[in-house]
Amino acid sequence: MTAVLSPARPAGPPPLARPVVPPAERKAESAPTIKAEIRNVRFFCKKFEAIKGISLPLYDRRVTAFIGPSGCGKSTLLRMLNRIYTLYPEQRAEGEILVDGRNVLAPDYDVNLLRAKVGMVFQKPTPFPMSIYDNIAFGIRLYDRLPASELDGRVEEALKRAALWNEVKDKLKQSGLGLSGGQQQRLCIARAIALRPEILLLDEPASALDPISTSKIEELIHELRSDYCIAIVTHNMQQAARTADYTAFMYLGELIEYDETTTIFTKPGKKQTEDYVTGRFG
Amino acid sequence: MTLYQRRKLANRIVLGLSLAATAFGLAWLAAILVTLLTHGVSALTADLFTQMTPPPGSRGGLLNAIYGSLVMTALATLIGTPVGILAGTYLAEYSRGSRLAEVIRFINDILLSAPSIIVGLFVYEVAVIRVGHFSGWAGAFALAIIVVPVVVRTTEDMLRLVPDSLREAAAALGAPKWRAVIQISYRAALQGIVTGIMLAVARISGETAPLLFTALNNQFWSADLNAPMANLPVVIFQFALSPYSDWQSLAWGGALLITLVILTLNIGARLVASWSTVKK
Repeated sequence: MTAVLSPARPAGPPPLARPVVPPAERKAESAPTIKAEIRNVRFFCKKFEAIKGISLPLYDRRVTAFIGPSGCGKSTLLRMLNRIYTLYPEQRAEGEILVDGRNVLAPDYDVNLLRAKVGMVFQKPTPFPMSIYDNIAFGIRLYDRLPASELDGRVEEALKRAALWNEVKDKLKQSGLGLSGGQQQRLCIARAIALRPEILLLDEPASALDPISTSKIEELIHELRSDYCIAIVTHNMQQAARTADYTAFMYLGELIEYDETTTIFTKPGKKQTEDYVTGRFG
Repeated sequence: MTLYQRRKLANRIVLGLSLAATAFGLAWLAAILVTLLTHGVSALTADLFTQMTPPPGSRGGLLNAIYGSLVMTALATLIGTPVGILAGTYLAEYSRGSRLAEVIRFINDILLSAPSIIVGLFVYEVAVIRVGHFSGWAGAFALAIIVVPVVVRTTEDMLRLVPDSLREAAAALGAPKWRAVIQISYRAALQGIVTGIMLAVARISGETAPLLFTALNNQFWSADLNAPMANLPVVIFQFALSPYSDWQSLAWGGALLITLVILTLNIGARLVASWSTVKK
């Protein structure tokens, strides 16, 4: 059904639907290409079916947000894209996820190369128990044996892109555990982009952070958008509205609605979506 | 009496009982330490560290026993620690949901609480009888069997405290499992694992029963691991039961020495445990 804004609710489109990039500017961008295509995927944890056949595209150089109440499977969907679920033998996936035309769920797709291509940042900051420098260098060293000067350059580049360089450049040898929560999360983003991935998965990257750190992360997402295909899971609808070009609303393991973010937040096609984005359920 | 007053009274009673129980335990510990100090300090002379165990009635020390204990403890730690760490790593990192792991964990717990004399008898059966004589190697082997379950248990427990989110983060970078274990999990659990090793060393440095059946004892200097070897616990056992007062005094000295070493190791283990947390 077509959603008609009910008069009971504050009039007008909610202020949260303000996109970071003004629509005029978006028009100037070239038409997006599909980076990853999720095709009828299902996910099982033991007998429980957590995702019940979902299909949608993820566009290159665009941000796609996944929203929905807790337990709807949005994080699970994200965790399929880099096959991180395979750490747990009781979990398995069905269907296809085509990245650059190849199905990454196929057993013959090398999982470590996939993870170099698809970076991930988790809800809780996860700095490794080592120096700030080594936190970034750890991932790079897995794939490239670089001379020290070049490695220094890669570390610096990653920290700069993650907007952390100025805060840590004088204490690269100090433990990454000594940073604040917001800095730790940007360290994790730097660690992920140091591998020069093509897709970036952000699983509620700001939910454990204070508002200032959150806005820094959001600015960062906007910066990174020009180079990566980004998928972000968030419980914060304002955040989805601010950061994402496309939004997918999920509920109980199903994709209820997927569209451009402005459409989802201003004139959603389904009553359920409207109820959720206006805060009436979920 | 109101409910609130009753609650406060109950709190006071329980607190009093806990304090009494703590005091009871500590009092015996203090009594042991005081007894050891009063009898042992006089034996802590230079002779103790430079002379061999004497025949009754002559001067002597515990040098051969100290040496034997050091060597066998070191060997047992060298043998037992890698086995324990690797097994603990398997249990914590590689055995998710495996039946085999549950069996191993159960058997390890039994081994952990097995009386050490049984370990001594076991090594006596499989090593001493076959070779035909007591030896330092057999002693070290018996002590290693005691080290293994302690290290397995602490290593597993400490690795389990490393949050899965760190493992996921390492895997998300495409790190193979072994690298995540060595570079992330071990690093995060390092202090705990080291503490476990030190506690294992403290435990075996006072064990008597397993050595009684394996290394036996030696009244003379011997660095030969293929021969019976002197060691502090058995010397203390033998000298303390003897009727000679000079032997008894040496036994007190040895007992005090072992206690001090174990105390040092335990304090060291605590320092290691706190050191990395402070550094964060």
